[in-house]
Amino acid sequence: MGNRSNTALLEGRRLGRHLGGRWIWRGLDFELRAGERLGVAGPSGTGKTLLLRALAGLDPIDEGELRYRGKAPTAIGMPRYRAQVVYLHQRPGMLPGDVEQNLRAPFALKAHAARSYPAERARALLSALGQREGLGSEAADGLSGGESQAVALVRALLIEPSVLLLDEATASLDAERVALVEATVDAWLRDDPNRAVVWVSHAREQLLRVTERLLELEDGG
Amino acid sequence: MKASYIVIGAPELGLAALLMVANFAISIALRLGLAKSLAIASVRMVVQLLLVGLVLGWVFSLSSPAPVLALALVMASVAGVAAVNRTRRRFAGIYWNSLVSVVSAAFLVTGLALAGIVRVRPPYEPQYLIPLLGMVLGNTLNGISLGLDRFMEQLDSERVRVETLLALGATRWEAAHGAVQESLRTAMIPTVNSMMVMGIVSLPGMMTGQILAGADPGDAVRYQIVIVFMIAAATALGAIAIVLLAFRALFDAHHRLRLDRLGSA
Repeated sequence: MGNRSNTALLEGRRLGRHLGGRWIWRGLDFELRAGERLGVAGPSGTGKTLLLRALAGLDPIDEGELRYRGKAPTAIGMPRYRAQVVYLHQRPGMLPGDVEQNLRAPFALKAHAARSYPAERARALLSALGQREGLGSEAADGLSGGESQAVALVRALLIEPSVLLLDEATASLDAERVALVEATVDAWLRDDPNRAVVWVSHAREQLLRVTERLLELEDGG
Repeated sequence: MKASYIVIGAPELGLAALLMVANFAISIALRLGLAKSLAIASVRMVVQLLLVGLVLGWVFSLSSPAPVLALALVMASVAGVAAVNRTRRRFAGIYWNSLVSVVSAAFLVTGLALAGIVRVRPPYEPQYLIPLLGMVLGNTLNGISLGLDRFMEQLDSERVRVETLLALGATRWEAAHGAVQESLRTAMIPTVNSMMVMGIVSLPGMMTGQILAGADPGDAVRYQIVIVFMIAAATALGAIAIVLLAFRALFDAHHRLRLDRLGSA
């Protein structure tokens, strides 16, 4: 691990993804430095979601190499890597049980065994996201799309990753709640200088608002 | 061995077949479309069983292990292929995985039971091995089929949940655990159900057969208990084996769910 404070958290070199007989993206270079907000933009079909999934190690990378703090994710071990670089699905998956059980679920995993569930912080985050009191005891599979996105964001923030990969994280929210999500992510980022976030959004004005730099994906064909 | 039961000859078989005629008549009269498949099934059943009678007569006269074990292996292979054919999806190596699961579960359990419980000498004595193995295989096949099908469907329908867990740092085993549990539960449903009502709702076929053949009901019941334990053990073992093998095939070493390896049948 480098000692320079500006070492990239995530770094991709000549990344390529080949699917269905064509390159979705190829020769893709990017760097995500600590404290940075990176936006991924591009028309639909250019593989924005595929890029986030590949960064999270959920999909393969067919070409090039990815490094987290200078190391290949496979060298770190995928579960440990993913505990640090957390991907949020556009339509989040809710686990069986109520909302609180969903928020607690990661703490039952080996990767987070050393930590205990911060109940107080969970409550604070839910309310910061404008969620109603008592949501914790509601069945997770009965939540609306927006509520699921809020719960999924809280679930991810509670395990204190260093990189958040947000895939249309505000797509099902009204304008007021979008602002709450943006403010919450921003506050999380400012809490620790060794954090960074990648936003994928179809709304360019949102990307211009919440990120400092854009990675443009083009129709590679 | 002298027959202490009433022998059934060709005329009696003809009379039994007459039981089906009424069904054909009703089906044809009401255009139910049952007649053709019923007729084919009836003919197949008769031909297959008469042939198997001949084959078994020959097999029971064998005294060397090689042909008996070869026959057992053929039976197990057919079961392994049939188990896969009843599922709706495929992945590379699925037939081998099924074969390994069926053969290891059925042979291990049947072998232990013959050598250690029933204490047949020699353990490959075909009069015991072939019928017992047949019963174990028939049930193991069902368990493997149900468990495998459920596991593949579950991963597909619960993909987002599984990947949500992976994305939060779960190992592939932690992420798949719910699907594994659910698949094994499904695989064991028929076995557990039939054990629950055995003797009350159903009189098991093997026990009934022994009683018809003049065996003491107490003896027949003890045989039945042994075979039910064999069936339950082999079904559970086979289902665990196939689900674990499918788990290995559908998750890779980097803890990724590989639904791209799953195709339709």
